[in-house]
Amino acid sequence: MAGWAFHKGLAVALPRDNVDTDQLIPARFMSVPRSAGYGDYLLHDLRRDEDGALHPDFPLNRHPAASILVAGRNFGSGSSREAAVYALVDAGFRAVIAPSFGDIFAGNAVNNGLLPARVSPEDAAALTQALHGATAEATVDLETGEIMLGDLHVDFSLDDSWRTKLINGWDDIDLTRQHSDAIARFREGRRQVAPWAWPAAEA
Amino acid sequence: MSAPATLLDKLWADHEVLRRDDGTSLLWVDRHLVHEGSHHAFAKLSARGLPVAQPDLTFAVVDHYAPTRNRDRLDDPQIARMIHTLQDNARAHGLRLFDLHDPNQGIVHVIGPEQGLTLPGLLINCGDSHTSTHGAFGALAFGIGATEVAHVLATQTIWQKKPAAMRIRVEGALCEGVTAKDIALNWIARLGADGARGHAVEYAGSAIRGLSMEGRMTLCNLSIEGGARFGMVAPDDTTFAYVKDRPFAPKGADRDAALEAWSMLVSDPEAEFDREVMIEAGEIAPTVTWGTSPEQALPVDATVPDPARLPSEKAETARAALDYMGLQPGRPIAGTPVDQVFIGSCTNGRIEDLRAAAAVLAGRRARVPGMVSPGSMLVKKQAEEEGLDRVFTAAGLDWVGAGCSMCVGMNGDLVASGQRCASSTNRNFRGRQGRGARTHLMSPAMVAAAAVTGEITDVRALLAGRAA
Ligand code: SF4
Repeated sequence: MAGWAFHKGLAVALPRDNVDTDQLIPARFMSVPRSAGYGDYLLHDLRRDEDGALHPDFPLNRHPAASILVAGRNFGSGSSREAAVYALVDAGFRAVIAPSFGDIFAGNAVNNGLLPARVSPEDAAALTQALHGATAEATVDLETGEIMLGDLHVDFSLDDSWRTKLINGWDDIDLTRQHSDAIARFREGRRQVAPWAWPAAEA
Repeated sequence: MSAPATLLDKLWADHEVLRRDDGTSLLWVDRHLVHEGSHHAFAKLSARGLPVAQPDLTFAVVDHYAPTRNRDRLDDPQIARMIHTLQDNARAHGLRLFDLHDPNQGIVHVIGPEQGLTLPGLLINCGDSHTSTHGAFGALAFGIGATEVAHVLATQTIWQKKPAAMRIRVEGALCEGVTAKDIALNWIARLGADGARGHAVEYAGSAIRGLSMEGRMTLCNLSIEGGARFGMVAPDDTTFAYVKDRPFAPKGADRDAALEAWSMLVSDPEAEFDREVMIEAGEIAPTVTWGTSPEQALPVDATVPDPARLPSEKAETARAALDYMGLQPGRPIAGTPVDQVFIGSCTNGRIEDLRAAAAVLAGRRARVPGMVSPGSMLVKKQAEEEGLDRVFTAAGLDWVGAGCSMCVGMNGDLVASGQRCASSTNRNFRGRQGRGARTHLMSPAMVAAAAVTGEITDVRALLAGRAA
């Protein structure tokens, strides 16, 4: 996964609270292999009618080129399905800006190069208002933790380890394998002090 | 003497392999549970040509796509492909698989405890947010995404920042007809669906001590619906009795050593929590959701909120929820007609849940159709031995096989668009039970009451003169 430190793109607002993972990608699409692409399933049932036709007035349908999403509180709450992040990434999003995120979603996002930028509810409202239901060019700077949209300058918070990971595009498995000796030692120690932590032979 | 520690501190310390300068810990994983949805993670693993690091600590189960009827034929090619993929991955990596026809098959969060894979003091991961369920045993249990599942498969460890510690104390006695489900919906309604975000919740207090393991699991299961990735209860004699003699649980000398270690797994009296919440058990009523988030819940004898009278930041969300749910503001929630009922899921598909529902349904007929799906095939067997299945079928409900079923609809058990379902599950999200489906979350006894009257009903009226 390629890292990134700065992004310039079109921002679009979806000012709803609790956009949960079942809305981000309905369960029925989750058996699709990743290689097939998840972008078409993003917010599928909100964006499309029962026959699959796009609702012309839905913000994401009006502005398919957007890459920065300004959302409401508790974005990505619900399930651990990483497919919710795949759908956003495959639809071209690099950053979601919201007052709060589901914890598992936020971790999944970082693992896929998508920034979960936490801002105050007031700043989220200000960004939404500045967008007026349209799009505008915005920039996101991971180094400074700043979002700029027209005259608006908004600070976002992001865990330092996540910032580093996004910028470097690090993959945890490679990092962890550098610690394989420490892991092996820990495992042997646990075997000694807590042998009960290994499953008994199936009775 | 070391500084007073919370249960979270102790569990964390027991699993920490190392801590990076940025404060992220590498934790050892004692149990890793995988299911059909783990296909992305297995694909990542094979893309790198890596083996599963600890197949002896990794267990696989068919649950999300498990058909609840006609299991001998997998008619739907997508469902068949999901199940076959898991079977292939389990075989390729030498994992113990609880397959579709295994007599111990069931929902991952039901069979983990049932099989003794879930124990106090363990760190348990699964690519499923309701992994918090296993915290009921005093375990560090949390859901992870596919990238993290691949990481655990490859290394048997997980990177994690230690969450803040939060304690929810529930003191006093619960009223009749009030269950662990109601405790959970009550606190989520009070604190919000993100109220415990960033926290690990430890449940304490006399009402929690009084809960069975089933009740504790229901409570910990729903922690994620309040934003907490972890829910936990300190283990006690109730826990130790439940764990005893389970197939994979420690025996003999190992059990003695385990009991000694497990008895230390309590928050020290002076330990400080980052947040404390206190709830009077006696003030909790049977609770139901009216909206599309678990925080949109209220006592069954209350009225549906009027968005016009809510603070502005909640009004728009409430209006959208009422519109989706087809409800009128300001009307009593009780009396809302339902089209169908569902009893099951990892929240409320255990034997005690089925007993509570059967206690209400015994000798009565359901006015609406519905399904009862036990959380595991062992729960199914036990329920049949107790005659509960005959109570359900005599009432006119369908008695089917074990799996996630109508909780998420992946196996085809769906609620049709516009239909209203009284459900013992954990998510009332838009479209969760099917596109356009209207879900009201409530306890199994409350679902049974809704079945009997055909509308949302205060179960207490139907329990009068009956033992719950
Ligand atoms: S029963 Fe529902 S909540 Fe539980 S694991 Fe299955 S789909 Fe998830």
